[in-house]
Amino acid sequence: MALLQISEPGQAPDPHQRRIAVGIDLGTTNSLVAAVRHGLAECLPDAHGRVMLPSVVRYVGERGRQIGHEAAAAQAEDPENTIASVKRLMGRGLTDVAGHARLPYRFFDQPGMVAIDTRQGVKTPVEVSAEVLATLRQRAEDTFDDDLFGAVITVPAYFDDAQRQATKDAAQLAGLNVLRLINEPTAAAVAYGLDHGSEGLYAVFDLGGGTFDISLLRLARGVFEVVATGGDAALGGDDFDHALASWAAAQARVELSSPQDKRAMLVAARLAKETLTAVTEAMLSARLSGGPIDVKVTREQFDALTRPLLDRTLTAVRKVLRDAKLARDEVNGVVLVGGSTRMPSVRAAVAEFFGRPPLTDVNPDEVVAIGAAIQANALAGNAQDGELLLLDVIPLSLGLETMGGLVERVIERNTTIPVAKAQDFTTFKDGQTAMAIHVVQGERELVSDCRSLARFELRGIPPMVAGAARIRVSFQVDADGLLGVTARELVSGVEASVQVKPSYGLADDDIARMLRESFSTAEDDMRSRALREALVEAERMALATEAALLADSDLLDEAEREAIGRLVQQAREAARGTDADAITGAVESLTEGTEAFAAARMNRGIRAALTGRGLDEI
Amino acid sequence: MKLDDDDFSLFGLPARYAMDIPVLDARWREMQGQVHPDRFAAEGAAAQRVAMQWAVRVNEAYRRLKDPLSRAAYLCELRGTPIDAERNTAMPGAFLMQQMAWREALDEAHSEADVQAIDDAVAGQERSLLADIATKLDKQGDPAAAADLVRALMFVRRFRADIGRRLDTFDL
Repeated sequence: MALLQISEPGQAPDPHQRRIAVGIDLGTTNSLVAAVRHGLAECLPDAHGRVMLPSVVRYVGERGRQIGHEAAAAQAEDPENTIASVKRLMGRGLTDVAGHARLPYRFFDQPGMVAIDTRQGVKTPVEVSAEVLATLRQRAEDTFDDDLFGAVITVPAYFDDAQRQATKDAAQLAGLNVLRLINEPTAAAVAYGLDHGSEGLYAVFDLGGGTFDISLLRLARGVFEVVATGGDAALGGDDFDHALASWAAAQARVELSSPQDKRAMLVAARLAKETLTAVTEAMLSARLSGGPIDVKVTREQFDALTRPLLDRTLTAVRKVLRDAKLARDEVNGVVLVGGSTRMPSVRAAVAEFFGRPPLTDVNPDEVVAIGAAIQANALAGNAQDGELLLLDVIPLSLGLETMGGLVERVIERNTTIPVAKAQDFTTFKDGQTAMAIHVVQGERELVSDCRSLARFELRGIPPMVAGAARIRVSFQVDADGLLGVTARELVSGVEASVQVKPSYGLADDDIARMLRESFSTAEDDMRSRALREALVEAERMALATEAALLADSDLLDEAEREAIGRLVQQAREAARGTDADAITGAVESLTEGTEAFAAARMNRGIRAALTGRGLDEI
Repeated sequence: MKLDDDDFSLFGLPARYAMDIPVLDARWREMQGQVHPDRFAAEGAAAQRVAMQWAVRVNEAYRRLKDPLSRAAYLCELRGTPIDAERNTAMPGAFLMQQMAWREALDEAHSEADVQAIDDAVAGQERSLLADIATKLDKQGDPAAAADLVRALMFVRRFRADIGRRLDTFDL
């Protein structure tokens, strides 16, 4: 006989009892998926026992795809159709991608995000990334022999809004329910801090394949507070490969003209770089179209020719310390993340800068995925202790274009999210009835030096003399770090809003189209997925509302209780049918109908937790 | 504690300029632990929306209370003397002369050490202004006089931001 299960007080009753939630590190070079199993977070291996999946996708023949190790092995042989390091293209236009001429792809420049012309047609970086994510999703579903509840996906802390949105779109395209986007250094700190029970100020130095992040975090009793973050979204191990490849080509007096030669040289440089981690001398050997070359390289030579790259990382570290108004000796520990931190020169430079050896005992390749898995498990409601809380910041300032192409900053970088802020503007001309709102991200004074995120118009302003209208533009950044903007004329109440997507992210139509098109591993039919998701949501809302009624029904009068009870009933009835739209509609009504109740419960919860306690108790 | 309480009441702290920052930090973390949307990830959309509103409000109050300048400006406003910096630009002559002298010195400074020396001097003025503001608000109960000092301090802050940008250029 099965025992009746009783949920813990304060935790939402769970229709699935235990939800499977994973953390995914979508890396430039390699990607990993991790999950909490038997109370322990670990990376999930593939059928061959390998946890790392090379972030490489090869388009083979009419419809075929190779993803991961097979694709990586084919890079030199089929460079134009084998897409590697696609993370560097996410949310980027062609001109944003430094050194794109060195890459062997046929780029297809289009407004918004750059795409790549392959033998299977034009592919956006979002589609390529979705292939990698879908492969990991499949791996997790095979491991657990069950559907996933959701995933936490990591992004570099320094990713801007367009890059974050592109990442979320890719996950959606791969059929993943994104519980949260979190920053890679924060994930690393979670994996590290929880392991060691550390407290104090930590620096996370994260040098990956294509991005560099430096974050300062304060750890205190399960709260991970990001104090400041900085870095370079276009600096990583790839650049060390390029530097070595260029140098070696010059040594051997060869021109690299064909895509095959460029790729072969990069692969050889990477191998030589990795060899130099263990020994002080390596041979860079590549088979080029003009014949094989062998170039000897010492660690000393390699360090000298990549020193400028290392200096760029240290410049970013100094800047982030200044932003945080902290001195380097206040840092209690330095955590190294990313395969590129295996380079001895990097370790030495970091140790010298902070005056202490960096902490390296957590595998730098796996630490991000493991931290993401811990957070995913907590967000899915599986965690035993509700102590873990991540308080992250936005990495780059957000603002608006004003007269003369200048930027008016609305939210400063390193502001803790979620955050909302409003700024009032007025009209420039008599009788002006429309206003163009241009949202930008970056630290520079001129709009032309910042990244354009979105443009929209507020129309229907009643004609007034110049300066009389009051247009309030509100920015809201959610816990994923994604921005929404609303503009409203206060006199007339005319309103316009935009989820910041148009300039660089994909429009919803694009997502829908891609979802319709067949997908290598996302076998689910969209309709049945939508129905399943609606059913889960209806069940969750109904149970959560019933639990809330049980706990706090005294906050409602008789009529309010009945009204909410009716809405729950309607949601349950809708859930007995198969019409996903009807179910979603009933859930939406229930959500709206319980918002005031939720607010009252929140007030009570806060008062209970925080009042009546002396300051000395904190 | 309600969403529309003033910042001090929201954090359960006395409405005065003097602030024990570690207590403020601890209270902020504790409040986010109660209201952050991640705490309600397993509940419905209604709870999520309310949590988002609260988390935003708590962060806003924390940011305002933590920075001495914005805390002082906020207190002046609570006590009936809004800062209104855009319309109220009058500054004492001696203060403006000092600012101009520093600006000129910054234009002529070429080494990082020179710029740093200016920043140190300006930081000294910032500290003494803050001390005066504390006296006006907490001891003398004179928000109007404090508001004048806050406006001067905003001036100094803008200048220090310019100095910071100059210091950044030495890193490139």
